[in-house]
Amino acid sequence: MDSRITKGIKNWIIYLGILSASSLLLDAKQIGSGEEFNWLTQAERFFEMKDPSVRRVALGALLMGISCGLIGSFVVTRRLSLFGDTLSHAVLPGVAIGFIWAGEKDNFSLMIGAGLAGFAGVCCISLLRKFTKIHQDSSLGIVLSAFYAIGICLLTRIQKIGYSNQSGLDSFIFGQVSALSSDDLIGLLIALGFIGIFIVLNFRQLLATGFDPQFSKSIGIPNDFLQFGLWVLIAFCVISSLQLVGVILVSAMLVIPAATASLFSKRMKEYLLLSSLLGAGAGLGGTFLSFLGKNLPAGPIIVLVSSSIFFLILFLRPEKGVLFRWLNARSVQSRIAIENMLKTAFQIVEQNGFEDNEISSLEIMKRRGLSRAEVEKEIENLAHSGLATKNLSSNPAANLPPQTVLTLTPKGWEYACRIVRNHRLWELYLTDEAHYEPDHVHDDAEKIEHVLGEETVRQIERLLKNPKTDPHGKLIPSITDIHQGSLSRST
Amino acid sequence: MNLIPKFDPVRVFLEPWSTPELISWNSQVILMGLLVCWASGMIGSFIVVRRMALMGDAISHGILPGVIIAFLAFGSLDVGPMLLGACLAGLACSFSIEWLQQNSPIKKDASMAIVFTSFFALGVTLINLQTGHLDLDTDCVLYGEIGLTPLAPNITLAGNNVGNRSLWVMGLICLIIVSLICLFYRQILVTSFDATLAHSIGLPVKSIQQFLMLLLALSTVASLESVGVILVVAMLVFPSVTASFFFSRLPSILVCTFPLGIAYTFGGFHLAYWLDCSIAAAMAITATVCFIAALGLCPNSFLWKIVAHKKSPHN
Repeated sequence: MDSRITKGIKNWIIYLGILSASSLLLDAKQIGSGEEFNWLTQAERFFEMKDPSVRRVALGALLMGISCGLIGSFVVTRRLSLFGDTLSHAVLPGVAIGFIWAGEKDNFSLMIGAGLAGFAGVCCISLLRKFTKIHQDSSLGIVLSAFYAIGICLLTRIQKIGYSNQSGLDSFIFGQVSALSSDDLIGLLIALGFIGIFIVLNFRQLLATGFDPQFSKSIGIPNDFLQFGLWVLIAFCVISSLQLVGVILVSAMLVIPAATASLFSKRMKEYLLLSSLLGAGAGLGGTFLSFLGKNLPAGPIIVLVSSSIFFLILFLRPEKGVLFRWLNARSVQSRIAIENMLKTAFQIVEQNGFEDNEISSLEIMKRRGLSRAEVEKEIENLAHSGLATKNLSSNPAANLPPQTVLTLTPKGWEYACRIVRNHRLWELYLTDEAHYEPDHVHDDAEKIEHVLGEETVRQIERLLKNPKTDPHGKLIPSITDIHQGSLSRST
Repeated sequence: MNLIPKFDPVRVFLEPWSTPELISWNSQVILMGLLVCWASGMIGSFIVVRRMALMGDAISHGILPGVIIAFLAFGSLDVGPMLLGACLAGLACSFSIEWLQQNSPIKKDASMAIVFTSFFALGVTLINLQTGHLDLDTDCVLYGEIGLTPLAPNITLAGNNVGNRSLWVMGLICLIIVSLICLFYRQILVTSFDATLAHSIGLPVKSIQQFLMLLLALSTVASLESVGVILVVAMLVFPSVTASFFFSRLPSILVCTFPLGIAYTFGGFHLAYWLDCSIAAAMAITATVCFIAALGLCPNSFLWKIVAHKKSPHN
C-alpha cells in the first residue's frame, strides 16, 4: 500500500514537473520575442535595487501586501469579502469628482475624492442594513452598481467635455505601477499606520465582536462603532492600493492572503502575522515576476502570484490538503478492496469445507460479480502485498483460457480470518444486543468490518460470551484459530 | 465646460425621435436595452432570492480570460467563439466557486472573491501580453456601449435582410431564458427557497443550481457587449429588489421585471441624451433612482416610520 502512495506521489511530481517545464518554455518563448531583453540581467537589476523606480514599486507592493493582509484577515473572518469589492468600485465617482475639482490628474485630490466616495458607500450600506430588510449581498450589489454607474457617467462626461490630461484615470481601473509616485507611497504608509494603530488599540474588542457579537455587546463593547471603523479602514486600504493594482483587483489582495492564512492558523495573532507576511510575499514576488517579462502588468501578476500560493497550499498542506485527502482516500479504498478479496477467498475455502486451499479466479468472479480484468488486478494486488500467491490452474476447463489460482499465505489467511470474524461478530452483536432481524444485518457489517479495532472486537466478544457461530449459522473464527494459523487443518 | 448641461425637454425627449433615421437607430438601442433588462431581471429575481446577488458580478469578471482565449484561438472577434469562450469561462468560474466552498474551509463570499479576481487577473495579464496585435477594447468590455448596437452587422437569411445581429442574439437568449424559466418554474422556485425540501421530493438540486448558473452566464455574456461587466449587476439586482418593496410573492416580482425594464430603458436613454454620457450607466442611474423612490414610498418604508415617530415623541 505504501508503495502505491509513493507511486501516486511520484506521478504527481512528474506531472507538476512537466507542467512547470512547459510553462518555463512558454515563458522563454515570450521573453525570447523581446529584442535585447534578458531576464537574468533584469533579475539582477531587481535584486540590486539601484533603480529608484524598482525600489519604489517593490516598497509599494510590500506596504500594500502588509496592510491588505492585516485588514483582510478581519475581512475574511467577518465574511466581508465582497465588501472590499463593492468599496473598490464605489470609489470611482469620487475619483472622477476629484479629477474635475483639480482639473487634472492630481493624486492628492483624487485620493480625497475617493475617500469621500468610499465613506459615502460605507454609509449607504449601513443605512440599507439598518432601515430595510434587504439582504447584505443585494445591498452590496446595489451600492456597487449605483456608485459605479455614477462614476462611469461622470467619466464619459469628462471625456465628452474634453479635459486634456485624462488618460491617467484609466490607471485607476487596472492600476499602473509605472505611474507610482512617492505621494502614493506616503499614502500607503499612512494607511498601514492607521490600520496598525487601530488593530493594536482595539485588538481584544475586535476579537470579541468578530466571534461573538452578543457577548461583546453584553460587556459594553461598541459593536457598531468598531464595525464602522473597520469599514472605513477597508475603504482607506482600498484607496491607497488603487494605483498599484487597480479598482477590481484590490479586493483580491484583501481576500486571498488572508484566506490562505486561514487554511492553517488557529489563533488570531498568528493569523494576522501570517496573512500580512503572505500579502507582502505576494506583493514582492509579483513585482519581481512582472519585472522579468515584458508587458507584464504588476497588479494582475501580484494577484496571480497570491492566488497560486493559495491553491498550492490548499492542495499540498499536510493532513487536510486536497492532495493528501485524496491519497488517503485511495489508500483506504485499496485496503478495503484487499480486505473484500480476502473475505471472498475465505468464503470460498469455507464452502469447500476447508479442504481445498486453491481458489480459482472464476469462483471469485462469480461471487463478487466482477469482470475478469478486475479480478486479475485485485489478485495482482494481493500477491503484491504478500497476502497470497498465484499460479496457473493445474486442471483448466476445456474451452476456457488458463485460470489463475490463488492460495493465501499464512499472513493472508490470518488477515482473512480477522475480517470474517469482524463481520460475523458484528452481525451477531446486532441481532443479539440491538435486536435487528438477521436478514438486516449484512449491509451494516459489510461496512463496519473494515474499521473495527482489535479492542472493540475483544469487547464485543466478551459481551457475546465468545460465540462460535453467527446468526446465519456460520462459523466465527476465534483468536486461537487465527493464531494457530490455519482453520482448515484444525477442523 | 459645464458638467450638467441645461435641461431642454424638447431636445431631450423629442429630438431622438425626430427623423426616420434617428427613429430606426434609437429604436434598436431601446429594444436592446429592453431585452437586456428583461433577461437579466428574470434571472436576477432567483439569484437575489438565493442571496447570490454578487454572483453576477463574479461571473461577469470571470469570463474575461475565456473571451481572450477564444479570441486567441479563433483569431477573430466573431460572436460565436466569443460567446462560447465566455460561457465556458463563466461556468468554470461558478464550478470553481462551488468546489472551493465544498472542499475547503473557505466560506462562500471569500471563495467567490478568490476565484473571480484570479480569473480577472489572468484575463488582464493575457490582454497585456498580447498588446500590439489585440484590438480588444477593454473599455468596451468594462463599460459597454449600448448606443453602438445598431452598428452590428446585419444578418441575411435566404437573401433577405432580417436585421441586426446583436439584437437577434440577445433576443434569442432572452426568449430561451424566459421560456426555460416558465417551463421549470416550480422546480427552480422550490430549490431557491428550500433546498432541503426540494431534495426530499426528489429534485436534482445541484443540477438545477448549475442550470441557473448556466442561464446567468449566458445572459451575462450576451448583455456584456451592451451594458458592460459591472452594470450587468445593476440589471440583475435592481428590478427584483425594487419590486420586492411592493410585492412579496415571486410571480408578481417576476412580472414586475417587465414594466421596470421599460422604465429603466426609456429613462436611461433620455437621461443619457440629456447628459450626453454612457447610456448603460444612465440606465443604472435610472434604476437607482427608481430604487430610492420605491424605498421611500413603499407601504412600510422608513420615511413613514420617521413621520409616525415624530407625531408621538413620547412613544
